[in-house]
Amino acid sequence: MKDYIYEVARIRVMENSLLTRSDFDQLLAAPDHEAALAYLADKGWGGGAGTSDAESMLKAEEDATWDLMRELLGEGHELDILRLTRDYHNLKAAIKDLYASSGLAPERLYLEGGTIPPEEIRKAVEEKNFDRLPPAMQEAAVQAHQTLSRTGDGQLCDGIIDKAALDALTAAAQDAPDPVLTAYAVTTVVNADIRIALRAAAAGKNAAEISAMLAEAPDLDLNMLAEAAVGGKTNVAEYLKNTPYASLADALSRSMSAFECACDDLMIDRILPQKGEVIQMGPLAAYVIARETEIKSVRLLLTGLQNGLPREQIRESLRQCYG
Amino acid sequence: MLNENLGIFYALLGAALAAFLAGSGSAIGVGMGGRAAAGVLTEKPELFAKVLILQLLPGTQGIYGLLVAFVVLGKIGILNGTAPDAAKGLLFLAACLPIGVAGLVSAIHQGKASVAAISLLAKRPSSFGRAMLLPAMVETYAILALLVSLLTVSRL
Repeated sequence: MKDYIYEVARIRVMENSLLTRSDFDQLLAAPDHEAALAYLADKGWGGGAGTSDAESMLKAEEDATWDLMRELLGEGHELDILRLTRDYHNLKAAIKDLYASSGLAPERLYLEGGTIPPEEIRKAVEEKNFDRLPPAMQEAAVQAHQTLSRTGDGQLCDGIIDKAALDALTAAAQDAPDPVLTAYAVTTVVNADIRIALRAAAAGKNAAEISAMLAEAPDLDLNMLAEAAVGGKTNVAEYLKNTPYASLADALSRSMSAFECACDDLMIDRILPQKGEVIQMGPLAAYVIARETEIKSVRLLLTGLQNGLPREQIRESLRQCYG
Repeated sequence: MLNENLGIFYALLGAALAAFLAGSGSAIGVGMGGRAAAGVLTEKPELFAKVLILQLLPGTQGIYGLLVAFVVLGKIGILNGTAPDAAKGLLFLAACLPIGVAGLVSAIHQGKASVAAISLLAKRPSSFGRAMLLPAMVETYAILALLVSLLTVSRL
């Protein structure tokens, strides 16, 4: 079995540059958005690209993470599971853009860093040549495209592709080369299932319809979740208390943003044991997840500062740190 | 004559196993440490001296195996001494096994501990002392095996 001794040792050094709780305290103490950007630039964020544009800085950090993984793993597909949802996002964007002819620039529509280049997805959708897409995507692409053309209902189109994305994640989790990747897939699917169930219930769907929209997740009974969702958020929280995801129940009772935060924190809890792993690829996957969570926290923080939100409110939305 | 050749064969087999098994373990352990060291040095070249020491820790088992092999060779008429009969040859073989087997196993595990220690050093460069102590603990068992092999071979 392949080992990742060199790669993990490099990642250990890189982990030193992850932001800590004390860094986030410093950022929260910054007088304004610009001062926070300057602090991040001092920490090496943005790769020396300047501090004027937060999105460019965050994108540079995302790119840097994946560039490092490409350097370490070459053309290996070990971490593809972490990029799957980007492909489905891009598929959704391509189908809706073709339908609505939004005229938006590709960089505003598509996410880089998926397993398939966005332009390839766009081309396949434009030419209605869905065979160019991977087999797991083809059916969802055809169905979503036809549904949108027929009904004009963007939500239905989203639902079809979201379900396909979650099914793809669940399938990928079965063959994942490391338990961290399985945990990532499961946590992502559970988070999405709960959000979809609540959203569908709010839109007036019944339990059977909701259940059909959900993807299989270990330790989650989809029928029970769907029935609970019909009864509202409190019922879902009650149901979760009897599952291994009990830690999400309290957060769900508070708010959806607290729930999102709790899902990310649960993921960080699950990757923490990778700090002691030195041979397997778990620390690499954990580093990518930690970086993406960190970037999400920084984005929330910068947006909060820019919009003049109270510091305590911003602090509550920050995710747990891996660094 | 056959009895004598058989004795030398057994004793040589013992010496070869001591050097080969312990040496192989060290090669694996030092190799693992080397890869971890290279990973850290890619990002932090200034840690070279410290990671080199940690990388080399699993190398001692190979030296212990070589030492026992030399003592055997010095007693069976290859470098010095007299050729043993078959029974004594088997005793040499048995005496070489502790450092051979324990050397192999301990060097591999010391290599893993060294890799972990190099990771610790990467996270906290000031923890070099503690990082070095952890893999050094594994050395204890290689030394115990060396003592058993060396004392036995010397008495034969």
